[in-house]
Amino acid sequence: MSSVVAITYEIPKRQHPVHQFIVQQPLGAAGLVVILVMVFAGVFAKFVAPYDPLQLDYGSMLSPPSAEHLLGTDAFGRDVLSRIIYGARTALLVGFFSSLLGSTVGAVIGVASAYFGGRIDMIIQRLMDILLAFPIIVLALAVVAVLGNFVVGGLDLNLIIAIAIPMVPKVARVVRSSALVICEMPYIDAARVAGYSNIRIMARHIIPNVTAPYLIMFTAFVAQAILLEASLSFLGLGVAEPTAAWGLMLAGSSAEFYREAPWMIICPGLAISLAVFAFNLFGDSLRDWLDPKIKV
Amino acid sequence: MTSYAFHRLLLMIPTLLGVAVLVFIMMRMLPGDIVELKLLAEGGQVDEAALDAERKNLGLDKPMWHQFVDWMVGLVTFDFGKSLWTGRPVVDEIGSRFELSMQVALMATTLAILIAIPLGTLSALFKDTWIDYVIRIFSIAGLAVPSFWLGMLIILALLLNFNWIPPLTYTPIYEDPWRNLSQLIWPAMAVGYRYSAVATRMMRSSILEVLKEDYIRTARAKGVFERLVIARHAMKNAMLPVITVIGLEFGFLIGGLVVTEQVFNLNGLGKLFVETVTRGDFTMVQALVMLIAVIFVLINFVVDLLYGVFDPRVRLGSSR
Amino acid sequence: MLRFFSSMLTLMCAAVVMGIMGSSVIAQTRGGELVFAVSAEPPNYDCHRNSSFAFVHSVRPHYSTLLKFDAPNYPAVTGDLAESWTISEDGLTYTFKLHDGVKFHDGSTLTSADVKASYDRIINPQEGIVSLRQGAYSDIVSVEAPDDLTVVMKLKAPNSAMIPLLASPWNCIYSAAKLEENPRYPETEILGTGAFVPVEHAAGSHWIGKRFDDYFQEGKPYLDSYRAIYMRSTAARVNALHAGEVLAEFRGHSPADRDKLIAALGDKVNVYEQPWACVLNISLNVEKEPFDDPRVRRALSLAIDRWNGAEALSKIAFVRQVGGVLRPGYDLATPNEELEQLPGFGRDIEASREEARRLLEEAGQSDLKFTFTNRNISMPYEAVGVFLVDQWRQIGVDAVNDPLPTSEYLAKLRGGNAEAGLDFVCDFMDEPNLQLLKYISTDNSSINYGQYTDRTLDELFERQIRARTKEERVAILREFEKHVMEQAYNVPTFWWQRIIVNWKQVKGWYMSPSHHLNQDLTDVWLSSE
Repeated sequence: MSSVVAITYEIPKRQHPVHQFIVQQPLGAAGLVVILVMVFAGVFAKFVAPYDPLQLDYGSMLSPPSAEHLLGTDAFGRDVLSRIIYGARTALLVGFFSSLLGSTVGAVIGVASAYFGGRIDMIIQRLMDILLAFPIIVLALAVVAVLGNFVVGGLDLNLIIAIAIPMVPKVARVVRSSALVICEMPYIDAARVAGYSNIRIMARHIIPNVTAPYLIMFTAFVAQAILLEASLSFLGLGVAEPTAAWGLMLAGSSAEFYREAPWMIICPGLAISLAVFAFNLFGDSLRDWLDPKIKV
Repeated sequence: MTSYAFHRLLLMIPTLLGVAVLVFIMMRMLPGDIVELKLLAEGGQVDEAALDAERKNLGLDKPMWHQFVDWMVGLVTFDFGKSLWTGRPVVDEIGSRFELSMQVALMATTLAILIAIPLGTLSALFKDTWIDYVIRIFSIAGLAVPSFWLGMLIILALLLNFNWIPPLTYTPIYEDPWRNLSQLIWPAMAVGYRYSAVATRMMRSSILEVLKEDYIRTARAKGVFERLVIARHAMKNAMLPVITVIGLEFGFLIGGLVVTEQVFNLNGLGKLFVETVTRGDFTMVQALVMLIAVIFVLINFVVDLLYGVFDPRVRLGSSR
Repeated sequence: MLRFFSSMLTLMCAAVVMGIMGSSVIAQTRGGELVFAVSAEPPNYDCHRNSSFAFVHSVRPHYSTLLKFDAPNYPAVTGDLAESWTISEDGLTYTFKLHDGVKFHDGSTLTSADVKASYDRIINPQEGIVSLRQGAYSDIVSVEAPDDLTVVMKLKAPNSAMIPLLASPWNCIYSAAKLEENPRYPETEILGTGAFVPVEHAAGSHWIGKRFDDYFQEGKPYLDSYRAIYMRSTAARVNALHAGEVLAEFRGHSPADRDKLIAALGDKVNVYEQPWACVLNISLNVEKEPFDDPRVRRALSLAIDRWNGAEALSKIAFVRQVGGVLRPGYDLATPNEELEQLPGFGRDIEASREEARRLLEEAGQSDLKFTFTNRNISMPYEAVGVFLVDQWRQIGVDAVNDPLPTSEYLAKLRGGNAEAGLDFVCDFMDEPNLQLLKYISTDNSSINYGQYTDRTLDELFERQIRARTKEERVAILREFEKHVMEQAYNVPTFWWQRIIVNWKQVKGWYMSPSHHLNQDLTDVWLSSE
């Protein structure tokens, strides 16, 4: 798909961009508000959450929502609200870092592929095709299994890598097509003639010009990563008990009780949906605002 | 055009070969041994000799390179071997589940298109009005709701409201259409809703692009109904990217099937895939991954050709 | 429609018969199809090389065994193909008389040669045949067939468990002639003498068997057919039971699912509960420091509040019982008062934890950290894993629960790569010869994952096999158990509770401590209630 992508910025003079975004994209702004609330809850989980999310309380197992436990408790008597708040931290960390990793690696590969062209481009494209054609679940399983328990600062790194890998070829494809346009610009040739190093040309001249697709893909992939993390945890391939994570709250022993304790599956499901929804809303609007032609 | 198509076909070979090598290596990097799983998972008291006998039966005692050569030769001669778990031919195992998954996939795709075309068009025509917002929220919600969760809610609603659940075993549509549909319509809905979200968004932006053309601008001055008329002509053009995105998001569909088949207890390829992956059934996983890759590559090929036909900007003979 | 008529007809016949006989005994109704859910699927059809209940539930009705457990009277053993049997004075010769005129599904007649061929295949499998339970029968030196209806087994030493071992549901009797043709036929084909003949196995979906008209027990089976439906998802099984799409599930439910079904179906279902012959154990790898230190091992066992934990966990998982190395409720198991004297089983949890902290401090392991390898199966592994991590937190130990897919879990535990893990014992009967294999030295046991050698345990194990009286055996077993708890290489946490919820129509099925037993379906019938 090498349809020419024109990048146009329509930033009027006087208005502040944030103000302008809010006026032009009210849905996106609403999404942003939800995201900010989640980030706040995640960062200050310790102060926001009423209970320790890991605290077992066999005296109050499966209690329905009450003044004491606003969203009830789960099978181990753990406070569901607190687990959802801490779960926001897991979701955001996994979502943010896997998307950052996937988008960045993808963008670098895309730029390099476009810049060098020829045989290198060809080889990179084939490698990307292989990754694209490879089912995510096998990738995820292999990465998780091979890297073993690779937890740094409470972050499950292998899960992040597993989720990031399938993003790489998609980002690389989009960034490459944007970068191809830039590479044909006369100033790139000029820079080459002037003897600048390849790294410098890419860093100074090409990368700044592909930030729009990069940002758009990044936001969209945060949403997809949160969803993928939930699905993998649901299938038993993601985050492990007793960590507070939304997908996990829908699976395993807690899901057994969905009839007598429906709050246990409705609330985490809503949390996932709301988070992904907010990121999609924001990402969509960001795309409309920055560059409506980029397809994620 | 023919040489372009030929060139694209040739390019599939390295991709598929790469997938084949990757899946072979990955499966063998996974810790865990299917023989132990088969004989010990339920607490069986088995000695090492019995385990070795079984490894030999399955050909797992051969050196790695030998296994790889066997697998490559098998691929070329369309002999995919036998499942390490059941001992039945891989082709039979896949064949008996293919029909069900294909039907759900087709139904979900149809549903997605049926939802996407009117909603996407409306959303574009009434851009930035409440209609647009409602449709966008509906479609973005489709992307946001995990399909396994949606599936759980659907089953629960059926059971609690009608004290009824979909049939437990699969009946082909040509044998008993009613029974078949009453089983498969629900998962098709769960997957199709998500899938439709992707298509609706694409439909909206395609129509928006078309609406930017001059003749539409003229119509715009004349009012909404005029635009509708023209949009109907324009829809033909807008359909191409929608079909394309549906094709390209095939992986999305597979992902949806994998989790949804678990929830609805469907005996399809998605469930088979999860089962064989978690068991480490090399031969099955290898064959399934190749099947998915081949379908994916073929869809890409068709999409590329379509672009070649409809979009003159595609540089014939370019690598992408 | 046809089924309706036939069942009406049978009903009327039954009524007439009852009228004539003037009996108040409710006669079993003939006919109908029993539809039940099974949460897993057998990979192949060979009894001798399978170990999953999924196999028993699907395939067992096609086969007969030499002996079987007397369904309503577990652990009593009764004949299946054997009409009667005698054991010689010295306990070394077992002689079995077979039923006359037993037919295979292909019409051929069963003789003692078939029993001999099948047992030879279990005890001395030829090249390429996998026999999982070979070791359990190593005391049998020969199986002979002196005439068509007599089987004689010779033992090298008296074995207190031989009769129940011969009642194993896994020892299907195959056709000798057919084995002669292809020793691996049972893997892909079914030819047995059981009450049902195979009709269809739709891979991943279901299994159907229909009544064998020439079955050797007069008038049986009562069912026309059975249909096992494979449903991996717990929720799907419970929903199907709720909707009446399946009438039974024979493995077991969680307490939550039981409550759910009772709330939905009320008196339409029968609920059975009893301690299950399965237990979750903590296995510590003595090759990984500091688990070579018995003080550390014992501290981890002492930290667990078994009595209160069992009660709490029984609300969310199918673990319920506190027990030693044998199932609570089993004849030879240690009664609670005695059990409470063992380390880790005291009622005063604060005292135990104090002791645990002291032991850790003594061993210089006050801030012990380790990874606890677990199986990623929610019921009951994850529930117990989360519980244990929390219990250890209370004596200052930082354990990380690491649930893995079963194959990876087995590889890690068996390979000795796990520091500690949640282990399990789950066999088809209570017999100590099977249940205690978990605890004896690695070189003598194929299921010891603790990598330790303890000859005291090995010797006690051997002595209990040879014990000639029950009292003698119980005394040895107590000593064995005490040693296990003190050394704490591998200690029981909770025993499972088997909970079955079946629709009332399902009659003639009997609950037992194992989901591997009483599944030949010969006595099961459907009432029209």
